[in-house]
Amino acid sequence: MCTVCGCSSGETTFENGDSHGHHHHSHSHDHGHAHDHHHHHDDGGHSHAHEHAHHHGHDGAHDYGLGPARAHAPGLSQARMVEIEENILGKNDEYAANNRRMLRDAGVLSLNFVSSPGSGKTTLLARTISDIGGEIPVTVIEGDQQTSNDAERIRATGAKALQVNTGKGCHLDGHMVGHAIEALEPEENSLLFIENVGNLVCPAAFDLGEDHKVVILSVTEGEDKPLKYPDMFHASDLMLLNKVDLLPHLNFDVERCIENARRVNPDIRVLQVSATSGEGLQNWYDWIKAARQFARIGA
Amino acid sequence: MHEMALCESVLKILESNARDQGFSAVKTVWLEIGDLAGVDPEAMRFSFDAVTRGTLADHASLEIINVPGKAWCMPCGCNVNVKQRFDACPTCGSYQLQVVGGDEMKVKELEVE
Repeated sequence: MCTVCGCSSGETTFENGDSHGHHHHSHSHDHGHAHDHHHHHDDGGHSHAHEHAHHHGHDGAHDYGLGPARAHAPGLSQARMVEIEENILGKNDEYAANNRRMLRDAGVLSLNFVSSPGSGKTTLLARTISDIGGEIPVTVIEGDQQTSNDAERIRATGAKALQVNTGKGCHLDGHMVGHAIEALEPEENSLLFIENVGNLVCPAAFDLGEDHKVVILSVTEGEDKPLKYPDMFHASDLMLLNKVDLLPHLNFDVERCIENARRVNPDIRVLQVSATSGEGLQNWYDWIKAARQFARIGA
Repeated sequence: MHEMALCESVLKILESNARDQGFSAVKTVWLEIGDLAGVDPEAMRFSFDAVTRGTLADHASLEIINVPGKAWCMPCGCNVNVKQRFDACPTCGSYQLQVVGGDEMKVKELEVE
């Protein structure tokens, strides 16, 4: 099983045929001598703490397949306490930090789009790419449990896109996104859109190395969603209130919704948009361009 | 739902520490989970049992230490306790709160042999 994804072995699939990029060794460690295969990472992106945590083959592939360590001195074991103080998400955070460094070095602005299923994420991304893709190249990582429908929709706009199917996994993680970035090779000073699995809960906890999380909430959902799923709205820098063209037909209190979002995250910025009518999209594009300027000067 | 993935990470931490510190079985795992970490302790327990079956932590007991949420209230200029991210300041009622603690999740200590 993959450490960070939590999916079963081989469950995550990339469209380009990689079955997860892991090389699972079947070498079992049950003969009676110590194995200390401590390799230094050669990609320069990992800190010291990461060094012992998993094993690298000669090709630099990440190997999580080693079995549990065995007792080398049976009969001498004795219960004792071990202080650990290790962050459960530590490894994901290291992958994310590595992604962030890689993207920053290339001057790429990366946005992680999170929302419930059906908020209009893919439509908004496709429209955004059609409108500004000529000016700024866009690359897209599409996360879904199954199908490559979304990546196909994005490719129809002319952008480079890769579908990552998480299988049973409910979120993308830093490790999957690292592999996807390697496969896509976004060009310098471009935009990277990461469309996370439609889920307002789990993706909040997993840093992917993005510059900003952008949460999309459509007005066909409840205005209390920021309170129901506070972690996601807390983790996001921008909320796009989508489908505002439908407001005349709905009983949706925009002010109240924004107030709820600010209760959870006083710093969140909010833009009202409609990916179908085009309303408010210019503001959204201006936000992207401003964020891109900040990313380029490292602010 | 992501508790399963978190437990996978916990298991990897146990395994790498077993290699480094020379133990072969884990009897008890103490996790520190903040109120604001977005983790459901019950889902964590369920996932932990499922994930550790047949591993060095098979039948290990899981102790979850709760860490209360703490936030800095700007109007009051001090730390206050919060249960959820959208709580108002218990003193002044403001929502100008910056979470400063209680969003951690870590493996704190192990009983091993």
